[in-house]
Amino acid sequence: MSGHSTYEPKTGFTRWLDSRLPIIRLGYDSFVDYPTPKNLNYWYTFGGILSLCLITQIVTGLILAMHYVPHVDHAFNSVEHIMRDVNHGWLIRYVHANGASMFLFAVYMHMFRGLYYGSYKAPREVLWILGCVIYLLMMATAFMGYVLPWGQMSFHGAVVITNLLGAFPVVGESITTWLWGGFAVDNPTLNRFFSLHFLMPFMIAGVVILHVWALHVSGQNNPTGIDPKSKEDTVPFTPYATVKDGFAMVLFLILFSVFVFFQPNALGHADNYIPANPLVTPAHIVPEWYFLPFYAILRAVPDKLGGALLMFGAIGVLFILPWLDTSKVRSLRYRPTARVFFFLFVLTCLILGWCGGELPDKMVFQVGSTSAGDPIGLNFVWLSRIASAYYFAYFLIVMPVLGLIETPDAVPDSITASILDHSAEKKGLAHAG
Amino acid sequence: MLGKGFAIAAVVALLVSAPPAFASSSGGELKQFSLSTDGPFGRFDAAQVQRGYKVYREVCAACHSMNLVSFRNLGQPDGPFYDEKYKNPNDNAYVKAISKDYNVPDIDTETGDVIQRPATPADRFPNPYPNEYAARAGNGGALPPDLSIITKAREGGPAYIYSLLTSYHDAPKGLEVPAGKYYNPYMAGDLSSFWSGDKDKVPVGGFIAMAPPLVVDKVSFDDGTKSTLEQQASDVVAFLDWAAEPKAGERKRTGFAVLIYLVLFAGLLYASYRRVWKGVKH
Repeated sequence: MSGHSTYEPKTGFTRWLDSRLPIIRLGYDSFVDYPTPKNLNYWYTFGGILSLCLITQIVTGLILAMHYVPHVDHAFNSVEHIMRDVNHGWLIRYVHANGASMFLFAVYMHMFRGLYYGSYKAPREVLWILGCVIYLLMMATAFMGYVLPWGQMSFHGAVVITNLLGAFPVVGESITTWLWGGFAVDNPTLNRFFSLHFLMPFMIAGVVILHVWALHVSGQNNPTGIDPKSKEDTVPFTPYATVKDGFAMVLFLILFSVFVFFQPNALGHADNYIPANPLVTPAHIVPEWYFLPFYAILRAVPDKLGGALLMFGAIGVLFILPWLDTSKVRSLRYRPTARVFFFLFVLTCLILGWCGGELPDKMVFQVGSTSAGDPIGLNFVWLSRIASAYYFAYFLIVMPVLGLIETPDAVPDSITASILDHSAEKKGLAHAG
Repeated sequence: MLGKGFAIAAVVALLVSAPPAFASSSGGELKQFSLSTDGPFGRFDAAQVQRGYKVYREVCAACHSMNLVSFRNLGQPDGPFYDEKYKNPNDNAYVKAISKDYNVPDIDTETGDVIQRPATPADRFPNPYPNEYAARAGNGGALPPDLSIITKAREGGPAYIYSLLTSYHDAPKGLEVPAGKYYNPYMAGDLSSFWSGDKDKVPVGGFIAMAPPLVVDKVSFDDGTKSTLEQQASDVVAFLDWAAEPKAGERKRTGFAVLIYLVLFAGLLYASYRRVWKGVKH
């Protein structure tokens, strides 16, 4: 989409079409001839994997919608009807349900990669923000999708999350009533969640087009964070990137299939196979694994509104990230100090996920007990407080300050130079060994 | 790359074979329990599921519904009474005979009267109670849960159901059991307000409204299997686990074909990748 197009229509028809709607040219320039940095590693294959995930979710979702009934009296049984009576319905449903987890897993990999290699830095700020919009839409879609089977966890999860919005002053209550379509989570809620769950993937697809467009304007970042300087530094997208992405996609599909065919319910919760009952609250309401870190941040604050604000802030801070990082160097490959803080951040996200799945008062470790018999030690609510503090400190303190005070390693002149350095280093090591 | 390949293969192998990680919600350690269908290479044991069906039919069905299961399911591939002769399970002679033993409510289309007619393979398992209120009234206020997907609807799955069924015993001394309730160490609950003993030693478990359902020789097995309590429990759990996902066998078989295809495809793509990138330093 950027730069000089090398597409040459070969037949009469393509010449005719090219002068009227250059759609083949667009495809050729974007996915065939498009110059790709030749040093992209496997962390860069998640973009392609994510488009595969989106297509899979849309196709399986369309088929599920043909059999699903969005009504409180029929939703649960219609899902079981899909599992039992629809030809290969079990496959379609398990692909869709596990597909959500796979999609979120891939998006987290994609985001961590962007963070590590500084893919959000100029001139890719808009590209990054569009990615954040996609992530936000994905979370909303996943949440609403989880409500649709109308199991116990669906229902009570919907109650907990929609009630959060009620914490906002003045408008909160009206927003919740409007969202529910009544005064409690009920049939109108299920109906509108189904409608929105159907709409949002197409909104995601729209923003994905913008995301790819922005990517092709600024060009792909790469592990060195240095812009390609010559033709030497790049290879054409096809066949080089396509074959590498294809290989990574199939590896990803192997992992996906293992869950779908052999552990289809491992990522879910047993309570969601019990039909929703507003009068019986499950002992332990937990969201799906991909929301656990945010759930931990929510519960870290004793105040409902404060918790909700902090939870939304944890996503909001990603939007301003391009302006928080003050470093001149893009890739953490050349920022050894920043790298340490980055890995601590990844660890923090995992710890938050762990905290989100445990009861807040449960002890992480215990060193003794008081005379009254209360345990002394660290419980999960305090661990999530510590982790939440670092989560925000990483963006709001470490990123702005470190960029100004650290001394980065020497950055190579070009991508090609970095590859030559790297292979020389490898050889040296081999000799030394 | 080779190292990474091994790492991926190891993770995949671990995931395929690992049983789903479950802990009992009541905190008690579940009893060791396994089914022939466990794991990727698990085989369907029709004889066991047939025995389990008999336990369900003679014991559980007196109070518990199985609203999602039809008689025809018994005769479909991977069902306990599947017979190759009958491609359409509705034609299965044995399933037809089973369903005929039951009466189901219907409307006479000539007169509009409410009638009872013999069930057909297309009918669902009949509900023992006409409605939820009747079910509660017949069970001291407690509602016997529907058993259609019970092994998927409880943490711990089959092992939990098996542990619950085989662990009825006298309440520990100092525990006051309310009338019409029974103590079971695997039932979820908090017993501290019924406990008069040491505060730090509240028994695990809870009260359940279901009387101990299984006793030795309660069900006589047609194939001569000795009818111990453990045998009845594991057979009925095998049946319930089948009913929770009748297509699980098809799922695993499809999974094998898919994995073999994907692994071969991955190999082919890796070879293409090596070939395409040959001579390009990266």
